Amino acid sequence: MIEIERLTKSFGPIAAVAGIDLKVEKGEVLGFLGPNGAGKSTTMKMITGFLAPTSGRVRVCGHDVENETLEAQRMIGYLPEGAPAYGDMTPRQFLGFIAEVRGYKGADVKSRVDAAVAKTELDAVLDQPIDTLSKGFKRRVGLAQAILHDPAVLIMDEPTDGLDPNQKHSVRKLLSAMAKEKAIIVSTHLLEEVEAICTRAVIIDRGRIVADGTPGQLLARSRHHNAVTLLLPPAQAEIARAKLKSLTGVATVEQTVRADGLAELTAFPKAGALLIELVSALAVAEKWDVKELYAEAGRLDEVFRAVTTHDAARARENRA
Amino acid sequence: MSPIWPIFKREFAAYFATPLAYVFIVIFLFAMGAFTFYIGHFYENGVADLSVFFGFHPWLYLFLVPAISMRLWAEERRTGTMELLLTLPVPLWATVAGKFLAAWAFTGVALALTFPIWITVNFLGNPDNGVILASYVGSLLMAGGYLAIGACISASTGNQVIAFVVSVVVCFLFTISGAPLVLDVFRGWAPLAFVNAVSSFSFLTHFTAISAGVIDLRDVIFFFSLIGLFLAANVVIIDLKKTG
Repeated sequence: MIEIERLTKSFGPIAAVAGIDLKVEKGEVLGFLGPNGAGKSTTMKMITGFLAPTSGRVRVCGHDVENETLEAQRMIGYLPEGAPAYGDMTPRQFLGFIAEVRGYKGADVKSRVDAAVAKTELDAVLDQPIDTLSKGFKRRVGLAQAILHDPAVLIMDEPTDGLDPNQKHSVRKLLSAMAKEKAIIVSTHLLEEVEAICTRAVIIDRGRIVADGTPGQLLARSRHHNAVTLLLPPAQAEIARAKLKSLTGVATVEQTVRADGLAELTAFPKAGALLIELVSALAVAEKWDVKELYAEAGRLDEVFRAVTTHDAARARENRA
Repeated sequence: MSPIWPIFKREFAAYFATPLAYVFIVIFLFAMGAFTFYIGHFYENGVADLSVFFGFHPWLYLFLVPAISMRLWAEERRTGTMELLLTLPVPLWATVAGKFLAAWAFTGVALALTFPIWITVNFLGNPDNGVILASYVGSLLMAGGYLAIGACISASTGNQVIAFVVSVVVCFLFTISGAPLVLDVFRGWAPLAFVNAVSSFSFLTHFTAISAGVIDLRDVIFFFSLIGLFLAANVVIIDLKKTG
């Protein structure tokens, strides 16, 4: 539903987007990750027709965004970064305006607004000026605006940024509920969000895609993928460490001392090895006083840090 | 239904959602009154017409119209709503036209609220109401011209203060382009046709012609084509900003 081909965008000498190819199908929720300034927002602005690409093209439901802008924009619901809205309007007025601009008339305007309000739980603040609303409600007004016409494609730039855990949960629930019928791109800094709602994660860095896969596939690239951690009293730590190391399938063991005095041992597997059963069996056999024992699927932040560059390094590079 | 309508409606309502509209209208009416009665000596002249009143319009517009137009695009850019507005499925020309028409209609409301002075002059004597009506039409057209210039300048900057100051200067040049201050710069060296062309851009000349009571088609065409030209430039500027 979204096809991006060799998309680039330069601002003066700086290439914000340096050649992105991407296809997003119906039913996919694509998490768009990357450091600040990696080109996430710029890419989204080009998909929605706010910025014109320097080269390459974007098609939304078959419509070329540059040449058939309006047709493409009709298919898209867009939540720009920071969820901008006209602050002097109330959500009711604002959503009514959006509905009219999108071509709804008379009773349809009301039913569309009502449906969007119900989905985003805005009914309590419907007649307060948007400027006076809390951050969570403002964000939901932006969401309501984006889903009002039940678009085939949803583009959301940091939809949960600055929300409290309850609000994040309800936004994620909303997105998940719509996921089957739509192609959704969500940019976020919250890696747990990717694991919670995305069927696919794309990491971009310096305007290029550096990782693309299901959250599971990305997690598998993490050093902590299938690593097993156990908590023990410090007295047993040294012996346990040696025993763990001797297990087949264990590559290395790391040891730290926690603030509460317990020793934390993490065994990292050799490629493809599964450790949890071996380690738990060993712990039982050795009668260790295990306080905690768990395996990890992997850490997305580790993968993220491994494939992206630090902003200071990037700035130095741009200057040079 | 044209896509202009919802844009127009929202924009027009926005003036009245904040104190802006009320402050503007009060100051506009107050300034009109002060100029007409104290500086223009409306009573002392002993003539039952509104030429004194209309004579001040270009100079008041010079400062008040840029105060309206400066926010048209600059504010959208600052608050980020520009991104929302331009990603809605509305042709750019319709957005530009809708915003301009709303601002123009708002100025029209302010202008219409000067009606008591029309009643007053009819009460005091027998003015030529045809001339007064023509002058109102001319004044509204002139306000449209200033607004189109201001809207275009507002589109090119995210800073409202810059938009205001530049608009005042540009509007000033358009107002007095028929005056020696501007023409003398060209007279020494430029061909006469050019000097005449510059002079023909004068808002004052065209407005004075209309407010003499004759709505000459050429003056009307002047203002409409000027508005059209600046709105087209407005569209182009916003489109260029897309390219970044």
